Amino acid sequence: MINRPGPLAICVAAVVAVFLLMPLIAVIPVSFTPNRYLSLPDGEWSLRHYQALIDNPAWARGLGLSIGIGIVSASLATGLGLAFSLGIWIVQPRFAGLLMGIALLPMVAPPVVSALTLYFFLITLSKFNDFLAYDTWAGVALAHSVMIAPYAVVLITVALAQVDRRIDLAARGMGASLARRVRHVILPSIRFGVLSALLLTFVLSWEEIGVTLFITSVDAVTLPRLMWMGLRDNIDPAIAAISVILIGVVAAVILIRTLWLATRDAQAR
Amino acid sequence: MPSLSRPTLLIVPLMGFMVLTYVVPFLGVAAWSVTLPEPGLGQYQAALTDPLVLSVFLRTFRVCLVVTVITVGASYMVTLLWVRGTRMQRVLIEMCILIPFWISVLTRAFGWLALLSTKGILNTWAQNLGFLAEPLTMVRNEFGVVVGMVHFLIPFAAFPLASAMRAVDERALLAARGMGAGRTRVFAQVFVPMTAPGILGAGLVVFVFALGFFVTPAILGGGRSVMAAELIYLRIFQSPNWGLGAAISVILMVTVGGLLAVMMRRARPAAPR
Repeated sequence: MINRPGPLAICVAAVVAVFLLMPLIAVIPVSFTPNRYLSLPDGEWSLRHYQALIDNPAWARGLGLSIGIGIVSASLATGLGLAFSLGIWIVQPRFAGLLMGIALLPMVAPPVVSALTLYFFLITLSKFNDFLAYDTWAGVALAHSVMIAPYAVVLITVALAQVDRRIDLAARGMGASLARRVRHVILPSIRFGVLSALLLTFVLSWEEIGVTLFITSVDAVTLPRLMWMGLRDNIDPAIAAISVILIGVVAAVILIRTLWLATRDAQAR
Repeated sequence: MPSLSRPTLLIVPLMGFMVLTYVVPFLGVAAWSVTLPEPGLGQYQAALTDPLVLSVFLRTFRVCLVVTVITVGASYMVTLLWVRGTRMQRVLIEMCILIPFWISVLTRAFGWLALLSTKGILNTWAQNLGFLAEPLTMVRNEFGVVVGMVHFLIPFAAFPLASAMRAVDERALLAARGMGAGRTRVFAQVFVPMTAPGILGAGLVVFVFALGFFVTPAILGGGRSVMAAELIYLRIFQSPNWGLGAAISVILMVTVGGLLAVMMRRARPAAPR
């Protein structure tokens, strides 16, 4: 490559990179403050806010609820998205663009509009039952599935675009049934796409707050909803402690992935 | 499996699901906007004439525009290094983009609170070092909202920009250099124009995202500089006027739909109709 970025470009990019990491690093010292309010530890460092995460059962409940809702909604969304993408890929219907548009609607609509829409949906359901309703875990899982299904559709459709149609045609020509083609020909070639769809949809449900805020109040308090409550009025430094843990997990995963890719590249050379 | 005997049936579940959980409820919200508290277009008239609502729309538009320009500019510079830097630079920048991208919007907004609030890190440092006598107010105003939104949106602009930069033909740059253009000139007159569609695409994505933004402005704006999305929340949950909230939602949806239609048309100008 002849035109490497010059020193000025590198400086500007470095400033942006620091800007990107700054707030993530900032929460670390704040989480060790001995005070009850948002502040820097002044000489004395304390673990009381980490202790609070263990002592206050609300955090464990929120964690469990978020994991449960994430698993249910990611499975439902990926299942629906997989079937849909397979159907579109096999049939290639005339109105594929329109169908795709409907499937992706919750992803492109403004999040707050989706939130109000799902609020309307769940309070309407609440008139008929107590299970799938406003402020229940099942209601949240259903609403999350709506919001994350488009991402599953996108990832699986991209994976399907790489599949060679002629292999499927060959299988079909040799008399394989549709179920057999899907199970033995198509699914094996897109399994990475399906797995990444599961992972992405779980993470999206795990962090979802915009819609969750509209459809929960006191019972179905997911982890992000709990953090929101601690952020709004008096800022609770326990949020810093939980943030440090979450940042640590994400940073570790990405670091491992980067190192893994680097060693793989080095071996390939 | 009999249900798999007709592949068309695979499409049905998700379509049914989306129509039932999204399309029909959205029509319900639209119905609220023309029936609450009384039938008619009164809420739309109110939304487009009430000075409070208008000022919120104006602020939303202004903030989104500022955020879009800063985000795309910053992303462009950082993506440049991500795509065209040395190996080490590429790895470092990639981590700086991906780590924030995977971290929840709440954690990131909280990080900015920790940095910018009156008892936050920047104010504490500046006061200890004697730069400031009084703490600077950097959150619960538009400044904080812009900083938080730019931070959230940079990765979303970086992805389309990266794919535009990767598509640039190296030989065009080489030719420009060979004909005597300096580095700055090659960048400004060859490289930037070649990535212009990517810049436009990134700008539209960021603007559309910013319009419906709710969490970051609510936390960093602290209820002072309310934007359209937060106004909807307030009208539904705090000082209820469901009809108005629904009307603003419909207006937002139509705006975003229009912008997306423009984007699609630009992306495929020669698509057969």
